[in-house]
Amino acid sequence: MAVKKFTNDFSITIATVNGSGSQTANVTLLRALFKMGIPVSGKNLFPSNIQGLPTWYTIRLSKDGYIARRDEQEIVVAMNPASFAKDLASVSPGGVLFYSDDIKFTLDRSDIITYPMPAKQLARTSDVSPNLRDYIANMVYVGVLVQMLGISMEAIQQALNFHFKGKEGPINSNLGVIRAGAEWAAQNLKKNDPYYVKRHDRTNGMIMADGNTAGALGAIYGGVQFAAWYPITPATSLAESLNVYLPQLRKTPEGKQTYAVLQAEDEIAAIGMAVGAGWAGLRAMTSTSGPGISLMSEYTGLALFTEVPVVVWDVQRIGPSTGLPTRTAQGDLTAIYYLGHGDKQHVILLPGSVNECFEFGWKAFDLAERLQSPVFVLSDLDLGMNQWMTKPFEYPDVPMDRGKVLWEKDLEQLNGIWARYKDVDGDGIPFRTVTGNKHHAAAYFTRGSGHDENAHLSEDALNWEANMARLKRKYTTAQALVPKPIEEKTPGAKIGLITYGSSESAVQEARTLLKQTGDLKTNFLRMRALPITQEVSNFIKKHERIYIIEANRDGQMRQILSATMPDQAPKLRSAAHSDGLPLTARWVKNTILAQEKKV
Amino acid sequence: MTTPTTVFVGQVNKAGLTKNEYRGQPSTLCPGCGHNSIANQIIAACYELDIVPENVMKFSGIGCSSKSPTYFLNRSFGFNGLHGRMASLATGAIFANTSVKAIGISGDGDTASIGMGGFKHTVRRNVPIVYIVENNGVYGLTKGQFSATAEVGLNLKHQGTNPYMPVDICMEALASNATFVARSFAGDSKQVKELIKAAISHHGIAILDIISPCVTFNNEDNAFHSYTWSKDHEAPLHEISYVPKLSEIILQEEFEEGTVREVTMHDGSSVKLKKLEHDYDPTSRWRALQMLEEAQRNDWLVTGLIYIETGRPALTDMYNLVDTPLNRLSESEMRPARQTLDKINTLMF
Repeated sequence: MAVKKFTNDFSITIATVNGSGSQTANVTLLRALFKMGIPVSGKNLFPSNIQGLPTWYTIRLSKDGYIARRDEQEIVVAMNPASFAKDLASVSPGGVLFYSDDIKFTLDRSDIITYPMPAKQLARTSDVSPNLRDYIANMVYVGVLVQMLGISMEAIQQALNFHFKGKEGPINSNLGVIRAGAEWAAQNLKKNDPYYVKRHDRTNGMIMADGNTAGALGAIYGGVQFAAWYPITPATSLAESLNVYLPQLRKTPEGKQTYAVLQAEDEIAAIGMAVGAGWAGLRAMTSTSGPGISLMSEYTGLALFTEVPVVVWDVQRIGPSTGLPTRTAQGDLTAIYYLGHGDKQHVILLPGSVNECFEFGWKAFDLAERLQSPVFVLSDLDLGMNQWMTKPFEYPDVPMDRGKVLWEKDLEQLNGIWARYKDVDGDGIPFRTVTGNKHHAAAYFTRGSGHDENAHLSEDALNWEANMARLKRKYTTAQALVPKPIEEKTPGAKIGLITYGSSESAVQEARTLLKQTGDLKTNFLRMRALPITQEVSNFIKKHERIYIIEANRDGQMRQILSATMPDQAPKLRSAAHSDGLPLTARWVKNTILAQEKKV
Repeated sequence: MTTPTTVFVGQVNKAGLTKNEYRGQPSTLCPGCGHNSIANQIIAACYELDIVPENVMKFSGIGCSSKSPTYFLNRSFGFNGLHGRMASLATGAIFANTSVKAIGISGDGDTASIGMGGFKHTVRRNVPIVYIVENNGVYGLTKGQFSATAEVGLNLKHQGTNPYMPVDICMEALASNATFVARSFAGDSKQVKELIKAAISHHGIAILDIISPCVTFNNEDNAFHSYTWSKDHEAPLHEISYVPKLSEIILQEEFEEGTVREVTMHDGSSVKLKKLEHDYDPTSRWRALQMLEEAQRNDWLVTGLIYIETGRPALTDMYNLVDTPLNRLSESEMRPARQTLDKINTLMF
């Protein structure tokens, strides 16, 4: 019987123990496949634990370029006795199980192919010191996979060289074990599975990076001058990337800093510092996750009301308190949209790719300073912490927009006559001054209490209402300034799909599946910001039905769209799901088809 | 000892300004509130130090005390932030232009209750700010609840008797390695003014715990923070007067009881300490803690400069910042050149 070959189109899940050093092995595989020109995505499913609990890493190879998570795993590498039973059961029918041969088990499945690997034995023969043997044992499965799937050893070398920054010692000892694994497999295993990898040309011109690194780099090219932060998974690596790249990119030739980064005592202080810096005229930011956002509520509400520019990154995780801190979600949307007490909506940017994390990293400052307002950037754990193939980062295509700031010469021209909260241009955005301005009329007093146009304390009802009306006008102005959505049209489609952020990859793949299996044509729109722009409302109005696809329980974007466009609400349908994992195309397809049957 | 300066309205200081130009809006606090006299001493201190108001920025949290930045230095930037969160606001703002002096006004509720965590971290970072706690042991703006500095056994209408030990702000500041700790009493304008001047000249955090009696909600004659109690229990450590660096400085090599000791401030100006009956050395943290412990045991309100350390870098010194104020940097100084991004892209995999 001729067996169908699967080339560059399957998933590999590697089950190991957290803290055992398997990350290096997994990322080496991912990068090697990427270097072979095969579209790949890698997702780390890790526990909230430093060492000892089961952890999984899934690499998806997709010749067609789909990078969403899949439910199926054709190849499973089982290195962890504790999770073995589950891992064995997780292999797709017809799939392959590679297992460390020290795990004893009775095979109860006849629909899969199994290969043993003498991981511990081969690691012992390596020349590394005994305390590194467990760590390097992970390289055995890399070697076995290299041999059995046909991964290029040259690409493996490139990946190791990158990971160990060219240091020959670790490169050679890891390579030694990989080679030993590959040789052992060549001599001892007979390939009888249908999975192969082959050089391809689908990753040319792409890079691999994670969203947190990209966001930090974007902020640096956006001129970030002050960042205060408090450690929280999965946002920590964003601030740490600032610490890595700022010294390389933002010191003068004399070695002086044009920036300051400060680790605060908590998120309340972190946002307070960022608001203080933004108020004083710096490009200021903080980065956090959901629980930190809750703590930042009061200051961001005040910043909106007192009109202070500040950028807040939320790398979303799931749940309150600890929740599932190492799992992903898009669950902070409504909380942030209305963050703080009283009437308001916030400006939110929604990056959908690593490249866009970079772009919104710098754009957020332009918007915050133009609007004199907090600007939130909603990323998530999947986007922020996983490695993605992406277009290279693009240099900002517009000069910085520092907004309406009056300096000494401006005030001289105005004869010192200006009012901090006066809407001179009709766009709701007043002029501001910042500290250090020596003009005698520069200073004003910023307060959370009611104030008039001159920033003087006022408890007058009309003043209060006028100020709030102006802030609303300003939010309307923001509609035209925020990034427009991305749209894709299919001739004859009557149904529109709306999504945002990292959920795009699952939705794009689902569109293909919907067309293939359900004969359902769809138009597509990815929102990239709130407030809702004209393009989004037009898209909604043009379609018979709209599905809003997002990784949360309540369909939060649908709630916002429904509340903003109540007349359109009846045709807005929710496809929302939240279990800590990124959405899959299959789930999206099935959910939409199930609702379509009820039409 | 310097002769007190008599100021006439209209008289111009070295900054070319009259005292009027240091004033703020009319106070809306209760008549007789200690906070008003502190505001007046800030005005006097800045005037006498020839400070240009544009070179000062004011911060406050929430509470009666935090309203008072409106009542001085109209020509200075100010930010009335959140309850207990004044210090973080100032911490961020000082990086914009390190030549602008920060003055923060807080209260006992603002600092010793809701803002205690932030307070201690601000102290340990040596944030360059004059941090004044207008301490009355009571929540005034919400009309009379106990604060964390209220003494044990205090009775308040609607609240009953306070069962808890009070927080000693100076002790907390010292425990967090503050570089300047002083205490005064709002009714002693001369000492308040001199301590404010010393605090302004200090490079680093200057904690000034000023007992500022609440005339409305906490002024039982036997209460710790009342005028009557304070006046009876005040035990000045030394007389203190500020000598601007442009004037002659009287140097005293020896420091014996009854003589004058000069402490040089970071900016070259100095403070003269006149010791009264105690042989007190404000440069010894050990001695300062001991003194506060003794004062607590003896029910004393010790005023004066409790501790000063001049060598430690302030927060902004810990960053090797460019000379241009960060908030005046141009785009070319803030955005790395295009070719650096090509390199960054090659650094990714």
